[in-house]
Amino acid sequence: MARSLPKITTGIRGFDELSLGGLPLGRTTLLKGGPGSGKTVFALQFLVNAARARQEPGIFVAFEESTGQISANAATFDWGLPALARNRIFFLDAHLSPEVVQSGEFDLNGMLAVLKAKKDEIGAKWIVFDGIDVLLTLLQNPVAEMREIYRIRDWLAANQTSAIITAKAEGRTSEIVNYSFMQFMVDCVISFERRLEHGVALHRIEIAKYRGSSFVAGEFPVTFGPAGMDVGAPEPAEIRHEASTERLSAGFERLDTMLGGGLFRGSSTLITGVPGTSKTTLAGKFAEAACRRGERTLFVSFDEGAEPIMRNLASVGIHLRPHVKSGLLRMYSGRTESIGAEDHLVKLKSLIKEHRPRCMVIDPLSAIAKTGGLSAARNVANRLIYSVKDERVTVLVTAINQGDDPQAESSDLQISTIADTWIHLSYLIRSGERNRALTIIKSRGTWHSNQVRELVLGASGPMLADVYTAGGEVLMGTLRWEKETEERAKTLQRRAEFDHKRGTLQAAEADTHARIKALQQDLVRQRAELAQYSSDNQARIVSSSDREKELGRIRSADPARRNGGNGSGNGAKKGTRNAR
Amino acid sequence: MRAKAKGRRATTTVVVMRLYIANSAPNSSKAIANLEAICKEHLPGAFKLEIIDVLEFPQRALADGILVTPSLAKISPSPTTRIVGNLSDRANVLHALGIKQ
Repeated sequence: MARSLPKITTGIRGFDELSLGGLPLGRTTLLKGGPGSGKTVFALQFLVNAARARQEPGIFVAFEESTGQISANAATFDWGLPALARNRIFFLDAHLSPEVVQSGEFDLNGMLAVLKAKKDEIGAKWIVFDGIDVLLTLLQNPVAEMREIYRIRDWLAANQTSAIITAKAEGRTSEIVNYSFMQFMVDCVISFERRLEHGVALHRIEIAKYRGSSFVAGEFPVTFGPAGMDVGAPEPAEIRHEASTERLSAGFERLDTMLGGGLFRGSSTLITGVPGTSKTTLAGKFAEAACRRGERTLFVSFDEGAEPIMRNLASVGIHLRPHVKSGLLRMYSGRTESIGAEDHLVKLKSLIKEHRPRCMVIDPLSAIAKTGGLSAARNVANRLIYSVKDERVTVLVTAINQGDDPQAESSDLQISTIADTWIHLSYLIRSGERNRALTIIKSRGTWHSNQVRELVLGASGPMLADVYTAGGEVLMGTLRWEKETEERAKTLQRRAEFDHKRGTLQAAEADTHARIKALQQDLVRQRAELAQYSSDNQARIVSSSDREKELGRIRSADPARRNGGNGSGNGAKKGTRNAR
Repeated sequence: MRAKAKGRRATTTVVVMRLYIANSAPNSSKAIANLEAICKEHLPGAFKLEIIDVLEFPQRALADGILVTPSLAKISPSPTTRIVGNLSDRANVLHALGIKQ
């Protein structure tokens, strides 16, 4: 295809992605499906969007219902249809009242003439033929039906008008014969289906044909919210979530430490555990921490009211009420008995749009699987987490799993594979006690503790206690307390022993010092004594030789004789000098 | 607009009708022929018929709530009736118009 087919967006969330741009411009699109499958809503929503977004007028020809009925049905959506009906969307009531008598064949020449006049008058770009099958069955003749369908086609082509035709078709395989050729005639065929699964109505949409264009094949869930129809288009194959390195608190410091500094902004966290393992408490703590940082937060709970949740959390020191009052925190409690997972998704999306939270809690997400099919719930859970991440909301969801095996979750909603962080809470029962244990099973992109911690709930909130491992067993509760007390006693004893030993050593040291000092004094004294003795001796020698000289001089003795005879005297003198 | 007023008979009530046609489309031509035959036979001089070409006067048809052609509307006497089709089923038409055979 050299040139791509011009398309026009429908404004129906998700559908433009499936059809890669919307409906074909200047062509005809057939919407087929059973009663209540959403054909009319699709067609009307398209007209409303064209009128509102592009100021394009349109005509809605109603064959099946009266225009009054259609307006009443459309009033459930926030389209502002009455205002549009005054100037942009023209409703033509083509539904034949039962009082009308039929006699012989008729054709649509008149109707098309009327439409032409109206189209020229208001400059309509789009025409919807809603429930054309109702009119065609009145023809009571397959040949006539075909003829009239071709008449419509030729008229549309001559008037260069884009059209949407809706027709009832029961089931998916048992096509009404007449519509098979209609499918060849039109350029785009969209199938709608409504089916019951476990007592919950599920709506599906599928593009069956799109001439000259590729499209996303397959069946996709449809939901109806205040803005109209919403198609659960598949997530883009490529995930383009930004990866923030900003950390935020998971609720309390010890848990943040275990997570290597907290949760990443925009990440998703899953908390699994059997009932009663404090999943809600952790979720509440996370929400409270977010509010304390001044971040808008959304707390979604299923099957439990906001009031009891706030009361219960207050008993463990988590106070959400002030934040609800300040408008920072929005609490929403949903029922799960009768609503399908798809409807929850729509509701939550609109809540996110409304409240614009930065942090969000869904407690428990597993509740959405209670009604309707599990596969639908899985699909919704996945899309929910992805769409929340698209909004860069940091989300914490809880899931109840049966049994203590965290892997049991994987057979349930399968959120664990897409969650960035997975915290598992369990019970350990020993010595007549049931204690809560917290383990971080995974946390993407961050170091995290591999330790099992005991989760202790106090009046001031949850805290994590170290667990003792003794002989390969984890000690919690009383056993942990005993172990802690024992450890404390041991510490005290060790400290006393140390003090004592230090005292002894210090005393010994002091003693040694004292002895060194005494010895040094001895040394000084001995040296002094020695010096004294040496100088005395010298003095004596000097004085004696001086005396001999004096005596010699006085006696005039022979010096030679005297020198020889006094050899020993010299030696002594020498020795004395040496000793000095 | 081709308005045809046929003969009058003072003794019986005049049946006022409008036939909406699409120019010379086969069903429209058939309807005119069928209706004229019925009137000639059952309402000689006691009817008033207005034939409206929807292709020419679409706004008129829109105002009257007429979409498929041919369509016959009995305006008076009451009750008003509407018949769609080429009027080939004569018994049906007579019954709807309240004409006793």
